[in-house]
Amino acid sequence: MNVLECEGLLKAFDDLVAVDGVGFHIAAGETYGLLGPNGAGKTTSISMIAGILESDAGRVTVAGTEITTRTTDGKAQIGYVPQDIAIYPDLSARENLQFFGKLYGIPKQRLGSRIDEVLEVIGLSDRGDDRTEEYSGGMKRRLNIGIGLLHEPTLLILDEPTVGVDPQSRNAILESVEQLGRRGTALLYTTHYMEEAERLCDRVAIIDGGKIRAEGTRRQLVELVGQRDTISLGVVGSAARLVEALETIEEIESITSSEGSVEILVEGASRLLPRILDVAQQTGVGISGVEVVEPNLESVFLHLTGKALRD
Amino acid sequence: MRAALIIAGKDLSQRIRDRSAILLGLVAPLGLALIFSAIIPSGTDSFDVKVGVINQDTGAISATFVDDVLPAVERDGIMAVTSYGSVETLEDDVESGTLNAGYVFPAGFSEDVASGRGGSVLLIGNVDSTISTQIAKAVLDSYLSEVDAVGIAVGSALINGATDVDELTAKALATPTAVALADTAAANRELDATTFFSAGMAVFFLFFTVQFGVSSLLEERWYGTLLRLLAAPINRWSIIGGKALTSFVLGMVSMIVLAVSTTLLIGAEWGNPVGVLILMIAAVLSALGIMAVVAVVAKTPEQAANWQSIVAVALGLLGGTFFPLSQAPQVLAFFSKLTPHAWFLQGLGDLSAGDGLEVVIIPALAMLSFFVVTIGIAFVFGRKRVLAL
Repeated sequence: MNVLECEGLLKAFDDLVAVDGVGFHIAAGETYGLLGPNGAGKTTSISMIAGILESDAGRVTVAGTEITTRTTDGKAQIGYVPQDIAIYPDLSARENLQFFGKLYGIPKQRLGSRIDEVLEVIGLSDRGDDRTEEYSGGMKRRLNIGIGLLHEPTLLILDEPTVGVDPQSRNAILESVEQLGRRGTALLYTTHYMEEAERLCDRVAIIDGGKIRAEGTRRQLVELVGQRDTISLGVVGSAARLVEALETIEEIESITSSEGSVEILVEGASRLLPRILDVAQQTGVGISGVEVVEPNLESVFLHLTGKALRD
Repeated sequence: MRAALIIAGKDLSQRIRDRSAILLGLVAPLGLALIFSAIIPSGTDSFDVKVGVINQDTGAISATFVDDVLPAVERDGIMAVTSYGSVETLEDDVESGTLNAGYVFPAGFSEDVASGRGGSVLLIGNVDSTISTQIAKAVLDSYLSEVDAVGIAVGSALINGATDVDELTAKALATPTAVALADTAAANRELDATTFFSAGMAVFFLFFTVQFGVSSLLEERWYGTLLRLLAAPINRWSIIGGKALTSFVLGMVSMIVLAVSTTLLIGAEWGNPVGVLILMIAAVLSALGIMAVVAVVAKTPEQAANWQSIVAVALGLLGGTFFPLSQAPQVLAFFSKLTPHAWFLQGLGDLSAGDGLEVVIIPALAMLSFFVVTIGIAFVFGRKRVLAL
């Protein structure tokens, strides 16, 4: 049975259509990723799914209950972890959890033990009574997630939970998410990090410009690219001049560039690489590094949208 | 309602913890009320005009003033009167400031007045005691006006056959004035200084106190926790209700504690407790509405706090919380009615006159109208911006 079902979600802010017909479903225990660059419509989509933002059209149900900004019962099934840290700095972790636990209607006799469990899961048992303004960024991030877990939701929505997190804390967060998935919680995970989507998600939706461009398992998505490889060139000099020169090679499927690098999507990188380096030499643009990457979600995104995830 | 109580409980514990609400809601107003009431005299109770008097006259007119009028004024606590033997000594004491003013009745004064030649009294005032000198002059003028009336009465008696002028004059002066004007409106409806400054500071700082509740909605947005509240299984109105409840509780606690403490510590007389409570509730609601408007227009908590401070100070000054409006220009008294502060102080003043509870109805309704208008404005501007309702 699907925990989350959404279809035809639409949201426009004046003339800007932020989300345009987004729809997908998540089963119990499944981790579903929304992968896209900043501004792709990920946060707007999950804001409508969490009942924070009113949609202009479309429908969301969680565990069979329709979710809107006015529903209250269905929202108790959802755990929401905002992208930015959303905790009260002048309260301790325990007090933050107590407050939200009461709002979610956790019975008083259960709340204390549940808070202890969550503090244990997020590794803050020994600092639970300290004010959160004294916490490190990573500790705040973990509490941010802990609040979303507190009421044991059927669906947990995590909006880019690792943004701005150090590698150690990031890994701890990813491990927590994996554990939650194993326990049977349905997870909706937004990210613009390809590695996270590949590691965590059973299925991924590629979202860009407010629309879902493709959806499926990693294997299904990579098959969309075929045998295409991504050649990543480190560039010393004008990347734009190199791109212009490379566009004369017909076998190249797409080229994107940013400061200091050029990414080229091709079929058969080993065959085309010498020719590409020749062109680079002729243009006088220095090459500082070459990397060939086999198809992954990054190349899927490049293939589908013609731009890199970091754009 | 349950969610609103939970949110208000959390907000109140935060406010108590950061102590700013206690500082602005209790310590500052109580401290200023104590200072103001200590340095500014309460009405005329302790306004002691020191006057000296020399009576070189032997007639009834000066004798009545020195022996009857001045002792009566002294008993009322308005003046302290000292008799002098020499004009030079009296002048020296006035000049040195030992006395604020002095009366000198020259020899033959009463006879000159009675004969119609017209007498003159010398009033010597200290240059630095203009108000005291004016009071001394007012007492003398008042008496001399009566003397004129007596003169007319004695003249009439003589025309009608009476013969003993001195006896007639003494009798007429001893007769109470037939018609006396009693300025009860002005005298009784104004709060004494202690109560005025206690109430003034309470309502002035009330506007700073209630801002903590309404502005915390901006803080929720700033800290990102508003998103969590919006995602929680609660009615969105309970978020607003919780914030309003926080403001209301902070405001009421501040007002009640100040009323009780100023009554016990400095003897402020707030009046009928039920009437005072009605006025307090109306004042808190009006402050809540006005501060809510500022909060929804502001973009950050800091901006809201700055704007709210400006509004609170401006309304407090206009509303006459630092000085009685009776001493202000007429135009200021008129515009003060555009503030809840003036209505609150007027309501208390009317209560202090000993009238029934009905006197608080109009001030309370005036303050509630501020609440209705401002909360409506806050709703229109704020519901989309803050809560996306």
